[in-house]
Amino acid sequence: MNVKSISRRRFLESSAALAGGLVISFWLPGGGGRNAFAQAPQPPKISPNAFLRIGKDGSITVVVKHLEFGQGVTTSLPMILCEELECDWAKVRYELAPAGAEYVHTAFGIQLTGGSSSVWNSYDQLRTVGAQARAMLVQAAANQWKAKPADLRAEKGFVIGPGGKRLSYGQLAEAAGKLPVPDKVVLKDPKAFTIIGQPTRRIDSLEKVEGNAKFGLDVQRKNLHTAVVARPPVFGAVVKKLDAEKVKSVPGVTHVVELRDGVAVVGRNFWAAKKGRDALEIEWDLGPNAKLSTADLKAQFAETAKTPGKAAKKADDAEAMKGAAKTILAEYSVPFLAHAPMEPLNCTVEVQADGAEIWVGSQMQGVDQAAAAKMLGLKPEQVKLNTMLAGGGFGRRANPVSDYVVEACEVAKKVKVPVKVVWTREDDIRGGYYRPMYAHRVETGLDAQGKIVAWSHTIVGPSIMAGTPFEAMMVKDGLDPTSTEGVSDTPYDLPNMSVTLHTVNPGVPVLWWRSVGNSHTAFVMETMIDELAAAANQDPVAYRRALLGKHPNVTRVLDLAASKAGWGSPLAKGRARGIAVHESFGSICAQVAEVSLDGNEIRVHKVTAAFDCGLVVNPLTVEAQLQSAIAFGLSGALFGEITFKEGRVEQSNFHDYRVLRMNEMPRVEVFLVPGGERPTGVGEPGTPPVAPAVANALFALTGKRARSLPLATQKWA
Amino acid sequence: MAKFFVNGVQVDFNAAPDTPLLWALRDQLGLTGTKFGCGMALCGACTVHVDQQPVRSCVTPVSAIEGKRVVTIEGISETSQGPTARAVKAAWIDKDVVQCGYCQSGQVMSAVALLQKNKSPSDADIDAAMSGNICRCGTYQRVREAIKSAAASLKKA
Repeated sequence: MNVKSISRRRFLESSAALAGGLVISFWLPGGGGRNAFAQAPQPPKISPNAFLRIGKDGSITVVVKHLEFGQGVTTSLPMILCEELECDWAKVRYELAPAGAEYVHTAFGIQLTGGSSSVWNSYDQLRTVGAQARAMLVQAAANQWKAKPADLRAEKGFVIGPGGKRLSYGQLAEAAGKLPVPDKVVLKDPKAFTIIGQPTRRIDSLEKVEGNAKFGLDVQRKNLHTAVVARPPVFGAVVKKLDAEKVKSVPGVTHVVELRDGVAVVGRNFWAAKKGRDALEIEWDLGPNAKLSTADLKAQFAETAKTPGKAAKKADDAEAMKGAAKTILAEYSVPFLAHAPMEPLNCTVEVQADGAEIWVGSQMQGVDQAAAAKMLGLKPEQVKLNTMLAGGGFGRRANPVSDYVVEACEVAKKVKVPVKVVWTREDDIRGGYYRPMYAHRVETGLDAQGKIVAWSHTIVGPSIMAGTPFEAMMVKDGLDPTSTEGVSDTPYDLPNMSVTLHTVNPGVPVLWWRSVGNSHTAFVMETMIDELAAAANQDPVAYRRALLGKHPNVTRVLDLAASKAGWGSPLAKGRARGIAVHESFGSICAQVAEVSLDGNEIRVHKVTAAFDCGLVVNPLTVEAQLQSAIAFGLSGALFGEITFKEGRVEQSNFHDYRVLRMNEMPRVEVFLVPGGERPTGVGEPGTPPVAPAVANALFALTGKRARSLPLATQKWA
Repeated sequence: MAKFFVNGVQVDFNAAPDTPLLWALRDQLGLTGTKFGCGMALCGACTVHVDQQPVRSCVTPVSAIEGKRVVTIEGISETSQGPTARAVKAAWIDKDVVQCGYCQSGQVMSAVALLQKNKSPSDADIDAAMSGNICRCGTYQRVREAIKSAAASLKKA
């Protein structure tokens, strides 16, 4: 790790700017082994900024560089820092970091909350900050007492000296802030951890149960207007004729402006803007997607899958399939999915004399800041981007093309008043940037004994990265790794496996959706493996174990889920179990789902989840994230489907884009594999296994195989 | 002009009478604890109490609440339902329910209404009272545990 301390002068400047004692600030250049964005341009300058502030009153404020949108980083990241700081946990508060070069991801090189990486990429960084601050506080006490630092110790917010003398961190903060930041610090032996690994309640609960937490939608500014935008009803449509005459009679409407993509109605409040938009009369030129239809796309994708695409993985023996005694062919289809976070998208922009200020719950503050600057005709450093709490996101707030931020900037630029652009739920469901629709075609070759001898897998779908600033970095030889992840890197020992990809572009904006490619590949792989187990007359767990010989870490998680779920033990009549295991984001999750049918309605009673996410920082959060990932995955597996007819999205709100509700939530039991040395991903790896686990349970119950999602609209009874 | 009470304070509302209570609270009164989620009474994020009954404020025009008493998440602890509200909020914190937190104002308001009517809700009672409140983070299991825990603590009190 390369930790560069900043100059003393700048250190003091930043201390002064933030007021109230010690400020630790340092910069980690991007790079390192897991660097997916290795070619990302490095931010141009190092600005003094801080992860930690200690007030003279002893208050500890940890600046959280990742977006808080449910996953609990406002607790887990301070836990990491405070473990080394030896402070009083009860005095710890958080603050969300704005866009800033010092807050870039230590592996990806840009400011990003995604890829289930917030904890692991911050782990060394924040431990180091905590240890540096502790060393400075101890040194400050040593200076005051004329003692040697080695004779002092730090404990619960105090430095304790010979004879039991004590000085609080608050008392020491100012003096410590004037000391140089040590280059080298010794981190604690994990055996001595007192915070990391302890079930710790969230520090943001109180403000959230009192209704005081400020989300993007809650931003209030002087003279703030609200905008609602009429976006194209078909992707790519443009305004042919705009008649805003009737809008003029809507009280409270202040502006109607045509945008690059649509028409914004601006008003004194939301209701005025919304009524104004309803009164717009727009004739659209629907463009090339006017006839877009899901039925046609399904047929096209399935047809395309019959020919091999670009090779993502080549079989050792390309002729192996020909020698198979038997082949099993399965064709799969999964739909477009909307993220539908509870807080509809919004962004507030205020153009000021010498720049602009933005308030937004962003997963990619730096990217959004740069895109905003471009739209506003400013330099990125003239745009202050304040990170707000976000009411969910699931990938939708990490758009490489910053769609809703750029749009809000366009409105603000045109109307020249502070403006908050608010999306309605209908705007959100119909606004695109969906998890892509995909088709898979899988042919497996078996020998006379039923052993797999070849596996030929073709995937068809849009690329998430294509056409974005990430394409150059991430798409190699025309292969978007997010289209094939979870297949081409399967831990199963599948001889002569070939994986090919057809990247198609049906004109629908697409984006990552919690667990990205794994959201569809786990469904295909784990239902196919289950099918092969059944074809071989073998138990699904035993069959998987035999194929996982080279991956004992996966087997261990599979076994844990099976044993905790009572795999093989009798169940109540009408119930059945299904299992699935999947590795993603460096972690492994296995789930056993227990289901029944009530008429044709699927009931998921219980999901037993075993999880290996390496070193666990906060077991309470990890358990919550598993419950969350399973609920999110189940929403998609049972109900999720965005479809097109005559170019238009057929769904609009939660009545026809159903998501899981209280009465549909299974009981989730979580079992963590102990003993990891470093943290791995938590937020997403629990999502992929639930769809195949439920589908496999439905097979056990009915003998019918799911070849597509969602499950609830298929015939089971 | 509509007149009603919000958290005990009389409001004279001058804007359009078809304005949903949700937007009157958020935009005119600056009470942002009540959330917008769907605009169609499908998700429960906007739940407030009107004369002690849970109501979806996103589809309730201010013209329909003339003279009525509205209580929001910001005021619920200070009403006659305060003991229940405080027990619910304490249980929410104790069970570490919240994740993103956006739906939780509505969850808490629905849970308070449930416990005001039913001191020992069963799982089926909880399903019936809470299934109108969507949580995309999937906090349902802990919501259920917290409601039971709040019910138990209210019995002891």
